[in-house]
Amino acid sequence: MMDALGEPQSVLVLGGSSEIALETVKALPRNRLRRVLLAGRPNAARHAAVESLSALGIAGVEAVDFDAKDTTSHGGVIDAVFDAGDVDLVILAFGVLGDQDAAEADPALAVEVATTNYTGAVSVGLHVARRLRKQGHGALVVLSSVAADRARRANYVYGSTKAGLDAFAQGLGDALHGSGASVLVVRPGFVRTRMTAGMPEAPMTTNPQDVAEIIVKALRKGKETVYAPGPLMYVMGVMKNLPRPVFRKISEKQG
Amino acid sequence: MPNKSTKKSSTPVNPLKRDDNERLLTGWGRTAPSMAHVVRPGSVDEVRDLVAKAGERGILARGLGRSYGDAAQAGGGTVLDMSAFDSVNLDTVHGTVTAGAGVSIDSLLKTLVPAGYFVPVTAGTRMITVGGAIAADVHGKNHHVEGSFGSHVHALDLVTGHGRVEDLAPTREAEHFWATVGGMGLTGVVTKATFDLIPITSSLISVDTDRCADLDAVMSSMVEKDDQYRYSVAWIDSVSPSGRGVITRGDHAPSAQLDSKQAESPLDYDPKIVATAPPFIPSGLLNKFTVRAFNEAWFRKAPKSKQGELQPIGEFFHPLDGVQEWNRVYGPGGFVQYQFVVPDSAGYLIDYALKRLREVGAPSFLTVLKRFGAANPAPLSFPQPGWTLAADVPARVEGLGAVLDEIDGLVAASGGRLYFAKDSRQSPEMVAQTYPRLAEWQGVRDQMDPRGIFTSDLARRLSL
Repeated sequence: MMDALGEPQSVLVLGGSSEIALETVKALPRNRLRRVLLAGRPNAARHAAVESLSALGIAGVEAVDFDAKDTTSHGGVIDAVFDAGDVDLVILAFGVLGDQDAAEADPALAVEVATTNYTGAVSVGLHVARRLRKQGHGALVVLSSVAADRARRANYVYGSTKAGLDAFAQGLGDALHGSGASVLVVRPGFVRTRMTAGMPEAPMTTNPQDVAEIIVKALRKGKETVYAPGPLMYVMGVMKNLPRPVFRKISEKQG
Repeated sequence: MPNKSTKKSSTPVNPLKRDDNERLLTGWGRTAPSMAHVVRPGSVDEVRDLVAKAGERGILARGLGRSYGDAAQAGGGTVLDMSAFDSVNLDTVHGTVTAGAGVSIDSLLKTLVPAGYFVPVTAGTRMITVGGAIAADVHGKNHHVEGSFGSHVHALDLVTGHGRVEDLAPTREAEHFWATVGGMGLTGVVTKATFDLIPITSSLISVDTDRCADLDAVMSSMVEKDDQYRYSVAWIDSVSPSGRGVITRGDHAPSAQLDSKQAESPLDYDPKIVATAPPFIPSGLLNKFTVRAFNEAWFRKAPKSKQGELQPIGEFFHPLDGVQEWNRVYGPGGFVQYQFVVPDSAGYLIDYALKRLREVGAPSFLTVLKRFGAANPAPLSFPQPGWTLAADVPARVEGLGAVLDEIDGLVAASGGRLYFAKDSRQSPEMVAQTYPRLAEWQGVRDQMDPRGIFTSDLARRLSL
């Protein structure tokens, strides 16, 4: 159970090696944590994630097998996790950036990105929502992106999946409103992670730790949407309303 | 064109859809809400039926929701609104009353006082039910001489996890009886109880007030003189480093003490609601400055020393009940009431706890200090001999969790513990350490509820 000070006892991370999600777990109040499940495909990154959290003295860190693209397995995975005990916080953090050039050349690659980022998230998101509703409490954090606000030439396949995910998460939040369960949509800008390594940094770039801090604060305040960093909200407010030719010019410059 | 009607028949039930009976519940501190199916049974048989049908998310009885934390909520479960259990039968031959579990102390007093009786124990609010008073084994200003509520109960009816009605008393099925007293509703559903009353000849309290310049003076006066009074409590100025306070002590005034006008209707009882807190209050309203001003005013309004002042029941026992929904003053973030008991040997922790709360900037609106007398046989009953301190603090104070955990550690090491009815944030480890009879209680509870259907958010959070 989440306590009166907003300290969770159990956390499920979908996309168990996500740097932002792991930093969020580290930034959470930790005195009551007794179960942290890192769900993802069995690989070195997931193993390292379990090790790194356990090394910090966080109790009950375990790996769970989960494949975002294998949507038929989602119900079973989520039921097994919730049957073993209430989950106070779920972080939906999986996603791939993909290669825009390659995707334009081979639409099958674009479908991969869409399946993971959107289809997979819709599937597991609804299963999680069903179980949060049943237990009558809990929060779902969905890692969206500022790319959801306006798709750019350079990564519109990725951007469109995040736009779909973002709209889905908002709707899910409305569906759960007042049910004891809640959804927090997080829209980070450029974050220095493995996913963005080697890419030119955009203005207002942050680190996973910064995003984590923002998520933890937003959870405590019961917010429904949050940008990281916060002022990006105003930047994107402008971006969303720019005429197409102007936006094209700006995004061309950014590459 | 696709045939819509055939499609409809195969649509599964939407798990996100809301049921009419679902309610978002919190405790009085308005933190950590959860959703439950709230049902109002009208008879014992209906309770038995609901217990038999209870699903894996469990079932729990709820009174007036005045527990501060998550004791009277059960996320995803069935929560029983016990207000239909409202019978009151006064037995003037034995000086007892048999009341339904849903009867509030408020409504009970309206019957009892004009008849010349008072409840054996009243908490700081009369807006609690008989069932809740037993489940939390509540205490009042007379604990140092008369113990907690459960000590005055002769008999109670309980629907257990077997769906049976057990007629429990301290003299028969004593184990089940004491597991239910202080058992936080986790042994079953209390439907009615019979308990002792205090005979009174007037509805007024004769009150002695002493204003003390610092915490030492408050505590030594209480050690010295509490035994001379049936009721005693101290209010402490949590903002002032001195720990100054006001002690009010008293007893029911004999009718002989009343003036001629009061003597015309010595048992008049008419508690008043003087105000209601507005529905929305900005979160910054309660801050260091307003709390300081409030505490200053509260201290100044008390006379330096006054003997035999006659006060109505409400003013002496339930001053906060005069302001309806006062819990809203803490704003949308809600608040935590922190209450611990420590043995006399650790009385220094009172000063230390107040100092740490001041340091973290947690302004306590109302801080209350009291001495406890002997404990009763209930394994999970909170009171034990020593000092108990209760402080209200806003839940959103930065760093509050760490400071309370630190105080918890000292309380535990001294042999003290926290009160379940107030708790909303202690750890399961703290409970296991400070309630040494927890395992014994769990053994009895498992006999009474073999399917483990009685549960609450508190029980889940603390692994009870």
